[in-house]
Amino acid sequence: MPGPFVDDAQVAQARGIASEVIEPVFDLIRRHTTISVERTVLRLFGMSDAGPGGIPLTNLMTDRLKAAGVLNRGAAYWYGRALHLGAASPLDAVERIAALPAAKLAPLSPQVEGNLREEVRREAEAAVDELRRRIDERDALRREFPMSPAPHRYVIVATGNIYDDVDQARAAAQAGADIIAVIRSTAQSLLDYVPHGATTEGYGGTYATQENFRIMREALDAESRRLKRYIPLTNYSSGLCMAEIAFAAAWEKLDMLLNDAMYGILFRDINMRRTFIDQYFSRRICALAGIIINTGEDNYITTADAYDAAHTVVASQFINEAFAKRAGLQDWQLGLGHSYEIDPHRPETLLLELSQAMLIRRCFPDAPLKYMPPTKHKETDIFFSHAYDVMADLVAIWTRQGIQLLGMMTEAMHTPLLADRYVALKSAGYIHRAARGIDQEFVVREDGKIANRARFVFGKSMELLEECRKDGLVTAIGHGRFGDVKRSETGGKGLEGVMEKSPDYFNPFLDILEGR
Amino acid sequence: MAGESHPIRAYGDRRDDGVIQLSFTLPVPLSDKAKEAARQFCTRLGLLDVKVAAAEPAADNYTFFVVYGRADVSLDYGSIDVPEIVFRKLGFDELNKLIEDSISRRVVVLGACTGTDTHTVGIDAILNMKGYAGDYGLERYPWFEAYNLGSQVPNEELIRKAEARKADAILVSQVVTQRDVHKDNGRQFIDVAKAHGLKGKTILLLGGPRVDHKLAMELGFDAGFGPGTKPSDVANYIVHALLKKMGKEPEDLHFEGEPA
Repeated sequence: MPGPFVDDAQVAQARGIASEVIEPVFDLIRRHTTISVERTVLRLFGMSDAGPGGIPLTNLMTDRLKAAGVLNRGAAYWYGRALHLGAASPLDAVERIAALPAAKLAPLSPQVEGNLREEVRREAEAAVDELRRRIDERDALRREFPMSPAPHRYVIVATGNIYDDVDQARAAAQAGADIIAVIRSTAQSLLDYVPHGATTEGYGGTYATQENFRIMREALDAESRRLKRYIPLTNYSSGLCMAEIAFAAAWEKLDMLLNDAMYGILFRDINMRRTFIDQYFSRRICALAGIIINTGEDNYITTADAYDAAHTVVASQFINEAFAKRAGLQDWQLGLGHSYEIDPHRPETLLLELSQAMLIRRCFPDAPLKYMPPTKHKETDIFFSHAYDVMADLVAIWTRQGIQLLGMMTEAMHTPLLADRYVALKSAGYIHRAARGIDQEFVVREDGKIANRARFVFGKSMELLEECRKDGLVTAIGHGRFGDVKRSETGGKGLEGVMEKSPDYFNPFLDILEGR
Repeated sequence: MAGESHPIRAYGDRRDDGVIQLSFTLPVPLSDKAKEAARQFCTRLGLLDVKVAAAEPAADNYTFFVVYGRADVSLDYGSIDVPEIVFRKLGFDELNKLIEDSISRRVVVLGACTGTDTHTVGIDAILNMKGYAGDYGLERYPWFEAYNLGSQVPNEELIRKAEARKADAILVSQVVTQRDVHKDNGRQFIDVAKAHGLKGKTILLLGGPRVDHKLAMELGFDAGFGPGTKPSDVANYIVHALLKKMGKEPEDLHFEGEPA
């Protein structure tokens, strides 16, 4: 371990403050649900098809219930009512609920209500058992074909066409990639539904759909067997459908999800309440499914300056960790994000980057961490760009990053060419091989630049955490403390999908996922 | 302006050796046959003395090549016609001083990444305080009043806000280029600008990694800025364009770093 830099007691104190910071948010989470959480409940019951016009059945049903003002009793309850009416299929259930006049949506007798809930609870338990069985299958394959040692080299494919993505992903795996991420189509985070089926048209990426997940995971299972190395698959649980994507990913045996408690608020202007509530349910699903989350703190220092805002990354990681732990995630599932983004025209940036990465490793010793490459100050000189990326490779192995997204020499120009990934993988492989164990050989002096900078950044992180505790997280975000972006509690997209739970709110999956 | 004859060739390590390097991928497995294919490919490009320096298995069915060869191409540098630089590029303080002296009010600039594009990296680099590659963004210039509206801003909204603030210039950034979405969105922006009577009145600029001046002009913008553009390039352009509109600088004045 490179240096303590700070006392264990100070790190524990930061962790303690972070859990206090999130406490008020949990009052909100407990008392509310969202239309997206309710759609996820229906998906957990197996409602995965789309109706006429390609609109997901889950949207048809929840929109109808919301319009009637009864969705706050829980979609699971209404699913039970549809079964009670004799629904034979999910589409039938939607049609029966849609056909009911508002007057017919009144509660039934206590006896019937009790039986109905019991029946639905049993069905929910069976659905979760089936999900667990699928996850066990994935885990068996993971055990059969162990991965190479960390840092796991993570690369992105983004053609827009899932079948082209499959070719690119297999090629990347053959070239040495450890993890594949399929980037989503631009603006999918703002869609208040999950598109349906296999897709071949996307902008800047490929739509995240359950069928696309299945197609890619199937291809990577085949490739894992061929290469005798398990190749994890990553997608994005962010935006207006965090929990639905988390369910689709869990069901289709994905391994990782980009999932951040605050990213949508800051960078996609999604309403704060909506995001906090959605992230909790999505993370409960990730916890059950053994999915590793990747948080998005790296984004703070692509908008704000990486040198000046270094402390915001660390403070946010403590907050993200606190949210994650409250949702049942374990340390090995926390790919807390950070990146190599300090302006390379400054002096001593390797020391500064090492300091930051070492400090984060120091604060989160058991988390895999997710290290991101330089992007903001990338220039179009590919030879310089390549050298710049290689320094991030060195910092990654030195600080034992679990997951490293590899930089591409053509960053700032176009989506990576196939050969760009090959070149990045070859050099990262070399650096990781060459420098493995370097952290055991060099002790970082406690009175030097690296340690002093780490202490300074940690101190500023503590100040920011204190501010969040004193003023509240909502106010801190309102002041633009994270990523220089200011958001208000009632601004942004998706607030209309937030509902206060009725006293008889029913969600058996939440009970199961919370271990009740 | 054309000058005296001045023949040039690519320079490797001696004058006129014509040596160039290139890299590319062919969709075939690595083999001697693949290497010969790469050599023939480069010969067809017109290269002489082709040397396939590296042939690497980028994947099972793809081979990545690094090739050297000699290009038998000679250009008369004297005949290359690029407008001469009259004005050298002004630095931060000089440009602020020029605005203060010649325009005497703050120059208002609004920018956004419009349409469905979520990537703010380009517009942030130009407008945000911090800037890019050590070059300050427009927000930092005391004589600019710069507003960065972020990403996924509808073209109509950007134009409405620009009208409300009486903007001198509007910057549209486009990063995502799949299926030419940047061109379609750029055209749509110009259509809206025309409908609002801004074309010819407000300076309309397009930027992005796959944008160049020619493309921007074709789409109807006043200028385009591609990869490597520094905030100071955009700032200089806007000030000169304004001074030209005000009749304080000749229409045919050229300056260092202008889009070409």
